[in-house]
Amino acid sequence: MFARLVYESFRRQKRRKLLAGVAITLGVGVATAMIAVATGIGDKISHELRTYGANLIVTPQEDTLDVQIGGVDLKPPSDGAYLDEADLPKIKGMFWRNNIVGFAPMLSVNVSLSNQGDAKNVTLLGTYFSKRLTFGKQDFATGVRATHPFWKVQGAWPDDNSQDVLLGEGLAAKLGPKAGDEIEIAGQAHRIVGVLSTGGAEDSQIVAPLALAQQILGKPGAVRRVYVSALTKPEDAFARRDPGTLRGPEYDRWYCSPYARSIAFQLQEAIPHSHAEQIRQIAQNEGTVLSRIKGLMLLVTLAALLASALAVSAAMATAIFERRNEVGLMKALGAGNVSVAALFFAEAALLALLGGIVGFAGGALLARQISRSIFDSQLTIEPVLFPLILAIAVIVTFAGSAAAIRRAVKFDPVYALRGEA
Amino acid sequence: MSSPQKSDLINRRTGKPHTSMFLRMLLRAAVLRRGRAASALLAMVVAAAVATAMLNLYVDVQLKLRREFRNYGANIVVVAKDGQAFPADALEQVNSALAGRGLAVPFAYVVARTSSGQSVVVAGTDLDQVRKLDSWWAATAWPSAAQDALVGARAAAVVSPDGKAFDLSFQKRAIHLNPAGTVRTGDSEDSRIYLSLKDFESWTGVQPSTIEIAASSPSEEITALIQKLTLALPTTEVRPIRQIMEGETRVLGKTRATLTAAAVLIVATAALCVLSTLIGWVFDRRRDFAIMKALGASEGLIGGFFAAEAAALGAVGAILGFGIGVGVAAWIGRVNFHAPVVPRFNVLPVVFVGSIAVALISAVLPIFLLRRVQPAMILRGE
Repeated sequence: MFARLVYESFRRQKRRKLLAGVAITLGVGVATAMIAVATGIGDKISHELRTYGANLIVTPQEDTLDVQIGGVDLKPPSDGAYLDEADLPKIKGMFWRNNIVGFAPMLSVNVSLSNQGDAKNVTLLGTYFSKRLTFGKQDFATGVRATHPFWKVQGAWPDDNSQDVLLGEGLAAKLGPKAGDEIEIAGQAHRIVGVLSTGGAEDSQIVAPLALAQQILGKPGAVRRVYVSALTKPEDAFARRDPGTLRGPEYDRWYCSPYARSIAFQLQEAIPHSHAEQIRQIAQNEGTVLSRIKGLMLLVTLAALLASALAVSAAMATAIFERRNEVGLMKALGAGNVSVAALFFAEAALLALLGGIVGFAGGALLARQISRSIFDSQLTIEPVLFPLILAIAVIVTFAGSAAAIRRAVKFDPVYALRGEA
Repeated sequence: MSSPQKSDLINRRTGKPHTSMFLRMLLRAAVLRRGRAASALLAMVVAAAVATAMLNLYVDVQLKLRREFRNYGANIVVVAKDGQAFPADALEQVNSALAGRGLAVPFAYVVARTSSGQSVVVAGTDLDQVRKLDSWWAATAWPSAAQDALVGARAAAVVSPDGKAFDLSFQKRAIHLNPAGTVRTGDSEDSRIYLSLKDFESWTGVQPSTIEIAASSPSEEITALIQKLTLALPTTEVRPIRQIMEGETRVLGKTRATLTAAAVLIVATAALCVLSTLIGWVFDRRRDFAIMKALGASEGLIGGFFAAEAAALGAVGAILGFGIGVGVAAWIGRVNFHAPVVPRFNVLPVVFVGSIAVALISAVLPIFLLRRVQPAMILRGE
């Protein structure tokens, strides 16, 4: 009899049930979309923040001081120590290898440039552009195109195994050659494949494959510094502890958290005779910006949840209030308060489940659409979200109906049936 | 019958609304059905509050985030062109162009020798300003007295490993410096020694050759600023620091887009909530509608009555909601950005008009549906 009551109520009051159902579906959809976007935003913004470039730097341990003004290296190449290029692929063997977006070794050399007769001294920077490397079974490409996404090239990027070079924008404007021309560097002719614009010191330099710089310097395998771009977690008080003083599980937790410091620590372990450090300008600010944006989205999600809970409650209250007559009739026929309330709650639960499922699907699609159009990336929706959302939908629907059901049940059937509500 | 009474009767017959009666009906309806009116008002207030909070945040968060992004330091740099002198009044020119909307810090550099003959870069600058510009510098202490130096972490290991005073020489002129503190940045600053501009100039006689500018304006205005500075300082090169500008534009753009999507969703849900509550409320009162119609009220009058009621509800809800929404936005600002969100009163008209529009739609829609129903049927409870 109970099941039949519920069934008939759905069959005969299609319009009203549809209205309440639509409200629940929309509410759940908005809530799902917002939760999914808010939980994913940390990763997405973290990736976007990598536009700022490398956040870690690896230098030789026993190095002399940098003599660098305005990005121009004044240190004589004979001075100081070098890292070994052969050690670099080991970065991909680290614990946090999947958080390493890329790395780029750098080696600058002073070269004399002859262009249609006049000689000029400039800096040639050797690096990886998008070099294919292998470590164990991993095959990957890395270089400045990953670590310095703000570098823009007019023309083409040189191949890492070629002798082609990029000319800095400022230098190109001063000297005149364009992409496709040839230029004589240290007595040898090289093809310029593109003009590089970085907004930094590289604008007045020549950027070439690392091997070319090593060849000019006469030190095969030498690397002055390595820039590493890694996805990190904002620094907290625990991250600032010295790993030397940590014991057992605390050390493991520190080591296994993607803090900039612990990744630097692991880089130092991976590359012999090296010193790795976070570039504080990038690494520190990244943490602040990330936590602000995450906090903002969390609070906005709370607002969205509140709004959708209210929408669902309002729809349920209206739907029940309209059925006073029915309650009066049931009570006149001898139904107790409990069975009337049970009927309404069963209907509410059914609506919440149906609306919840449809809403979850719609919300998930919406979240994916938002993610794709804003961040150009796929959003994975945690399966655990589904039961959670359903539970929230049922609870909110119950809470929204409770007050209305209480009033409906308390109402005197005589007045209800006479329509004197 | 006297003539005033007669004209009064004519007025009523012609269906013209009687102002005092109209007002009384409005008020009594609200007072007698407190519960229902209150729930409709509550929905209205919540919706207006959520909309206000979102609109306020949307405008303010961008300003707040932009300020966070200024922690990345300078976004414009001014350097002398090759072989040309850096103008002496460059800093004043830059400051007047900035007009207080940012920070400009001069830097002068030389390569000096330590007592052991090593090369080290020494920079002279305004240290108080650097502290504001480059907030990521981890300095143990900032110099305050004359002859105090801020020593980079790697330079410190070379020039004064035990924290004692040290000597530097530049073109045969020597200076004796106290290491007031060490600074660690993870970049080239670690190998440098920083002095106050006064000490630096009296020692080396070298003038600043670089000005770093952190302009806190949107990117279009920064482009304009760069053009202005290039014209004002023809012997220099004014260039944006692409690394900083591009990162900011990207992250800010994505955050704004996400926030827009969230705002649209939330405001739409809130509007829907109001719509469903108010439609329920008006439907519920179809008996009033039927009685008014049975007593001879014209459709226009009834529609006007319900519309006025809804508009009043929308107006009251919008004003209350605006107050609450500003409070919510301020709270979010304080919790997340540690700075209050300033109430934006230009949001008020938007929320006000929006609330009344939604309220009117939700009042007129059911009336339109009920229009064709005979009052007798409603009164009989069918």
